[in-house]
Amino acid sequence: MKIWINGEIKNFDENLTVYNLVKEIGVVSKKFAVECNGEIIPKSNLKDTLVKEGDKFEIVGAVGGG
Amino acid sequence: MKLSEQLEVDNTSDKFIVGSREFNSRLLVGTGKYKDFKETKDAITESGAEIVTVAIRRTNIGQNSDEPSLIDFIPPSDFTYLPNTAGCFNAEDSIRTLRLARELLDGHNLVKLEVLGDKETLYPNVIETIEAAKVLVKDGFEVMVYTSDDPIVAKMLEDIGCVAIMPLASLIGSGMGILNPWNLEIIIKNSSVPVIVDAGVGTASDASIAMELGCDGVLMNTAIAEAKNPIMMAGAMRKAIEAGREAYLAGRMNKKLYQADPSSPTSGLIK
Repeated sequence: MKIWINGEIKNFDENLTVYNLVKEIGVVSKKFAVECNGEIIPKSNLKDTLVKEGDKFEIVGAVGGG
Repeated sequence: MKLSEQLEVDNTSDKFIVGSREFNSRLLVGTGKYKDFKETKDAITESGAEIVTVAIRRTNIGQNSDEPSLIDFIPPSDFTYLPNTAGCFNAEDSIRTLRLARELLDGHNLVKLEVLGDKETLYPNVIETIEAAKVLVKDGFEVMVYTSDDPIVAKMLEDIGCVAIMPLASLIGSGMGILNPWNLEIIIKNSSVPVIVDAGVGTASDASIAMELGCDGVLMNTAIAEAKNPIMMAGAMRKAIEAGREAYLAGRMNKKLYQADPSSPTSGLIK
């Protein structure tokens, strides 16, 4: 299935949880937050939420800034 | 202040209170523009700052999870993070950013709201700022708000429930110093929440002047990060904030315009 992550189209297999998606793209050890189609997915729900075709994800972290 | 009261001023009890939190340092620093994370950490440690601003950005996809991040060098357990909305030009984007920040930082609700009005000057859009502040305060955030040095807008933001008013001294990253001390004094006089100069400080004297005016704190990034020696400048800023604060508490002498007053006795001169 095709989904959007941070503005890029990516291909993933079906039956993927958001938790595993985040792990696959290599940010799971850091502090991060996930938004799907404009709604925040709380950390506690990441393992229970399935990724759907066409989902638009924003995955953010904290970076240096003033 | 009476002399007896002045003598009782004890700097160790001079706490800096913002919303529900208490701090010792009145210097707030950004974490951007440093050469690397080590320099960021060394400068911030030298500055003595307890509150550090961070930006919220998309993570790099495919990033190696062993790669060091800001959080490894500036742990949220050792510092109070102040996520900002830098780069947001409307209320909606800034609200969205800070809700993500709260999720990211496990419910942390102290935030810096800044809604910019134009890419050239990074001057705040106060209309959008006010709209965002209303929503964020209702949503349980403790909002420290970047704004212009307009005393009316500052008061409106305080009335909405912002926990700190943060007027610019001059444009973000400009190092032009304090352009309108008169407006800052009006804002300080009218405000019952902390007033923190945010943006425009270039060197130590600018920070001292802000504190001498009665500001409760100063937030800076570029003045330290773009100094030739950021770590030394961080130390200079720590001292400047402390000196300015003490001078404010001590109560400066009155200015006697065009009128000298000798410091040595005028009698007993040899003849």
